[in-house]
Amino acid sequence: MKSCLIVDDSKVIRMVAKKILNELGFRTEEAEDGIVALDRCIKQMPDAVLLDWNMPNMNGLEFLHELRKLPDGDRPIVVFCTTENDIDHIQEAITAGANEYIMKPFDSEILQAKFSQVGLL
Amino acid sequence: MLRPEDFDFLAKLLKERSGLVITPDKAYLLESRLTPLARARNLKGIEDIVAKMRGHDEALARDVTEAMTTNESFFFRDTKPFDQFKDIVLPQVMAARMAKKSIRIWSAACSSGQEAYSLAMLLKEQSAKLNGWHVEIVGTDISVEMLDKAKAGLYSQFEVQRGLPIQMLVKYFKKKDESWQIDAGLRAMVQFREWNLLKDLRGLGQFDIVFCRNVLIYFDQPTKAGVLENISKLMPADAFLYLGGAETVLGISERFKPMAGQRGIYCLNKDGAATPSFPLKAPN
Repeated sequence: MKSCLIVDDSKVIRMVAKKILNELGFRTEEAEDGIVALDRCIKQMPDAVLLDWNMPNMNGLEFLHELRKLPDGDRPIVVFCTTENDIDHIQEAITAGANEYIMKPFDSEILQAKFSQVGLL
Repeated sequence: MLRPEDFDFLAKLLKERSGLVITPDKAYLLESRLTPLARARNLKGIEDIVAKMRGHDEALARDVTEAMTTNESFFFRDTKPFDQFKDIVLPQVMAARMAKKSIRIWSAACSSGQEAYSLAMLLKEQSAKLNGWHVEIVGTDISVEMLDKAKAGLYSQFEVQRGLPIQMLVKYFKKKDESWQIDAGLRAMVQFREWNLLKDLRGLGQFDIVFCRNVLIYFDQPTKAGVLENISKLMPADAFLYLGGAETVLGISERFKPMAGQRGIYCLNKDGAATPSFPLKAPN
């Protein structure tokens, strides 16, 4: 069973994503900001990260930069999931090492399609 | 509640105009798709639509056909056919057309154009190999409304997130208000034309690769056979036909045979007997 870390400061979004990902067969963990997420990755590297952009303490982009510096940090497939939906943000995320990008609002169909595209399903 | 005589009238009209087979268990589709049309035309409901069509309202009959034949489409649908296109079919066709350096591709029943543009993107990615080649993509559909959308190349945020890799979005689309518009260069690669698959197809010319995916499933057996027969006439002996994952030629047409080891791709069967020709009804 693959694991996915859901990183979002919204409890509701984490809950929705968890439900969808569990149905897709993922074991999930949650983090409410980049710092907590980084701590989780240091303890156990997930197969995938579903990552919000705007969060307190450490945002998604900063988290991604730090993640990719960790030993084995290039392994998780990172899918941004954010309200930032302009080309500049998307380009910045790809440059930082994101594998895919979901523009909120999202639904199970989009999440499934994106996870399939990057080979997680 | 749809009256049986109205259902029969609509089912007959749709079958004749588009080949679409509506069985009584799919009557809800008539309700869900035609009620908004009735509202838009200030009619009380489907009963009024049918009454007006019985009076030979051609424009309304056309709108009804469009409303019922509009099907969902998304970029790189099913993924694998496009991998096969890039890795197997396109190289084979290029090798066979090396002398004239020209390839024609048809996206039949293209709806809002995502399949045709997916092919355009793949070809753009192969532009180094295709330098000096003339590649033409033709998308056809029965729905003028869908073709207008395809020509504009304008898609919602939801539509660009179904199947389209993010790198392709960044590379080939521009944000326009809340929508995304495909690059003008890619739009220029595709020619969209209004065409009914039940009509004489010969005006479209010959095609080296035909995509007719998830179209036959809406037709009855004789219509499927007739459409396959007519498509085969547009294909040179070494051309390829793509059908949808749930579709097959087996037991329907001997004009095609599955390509060995490549699910969903069909080649012309040189030994296959032509299906007895018959007119496929459709208005001109």
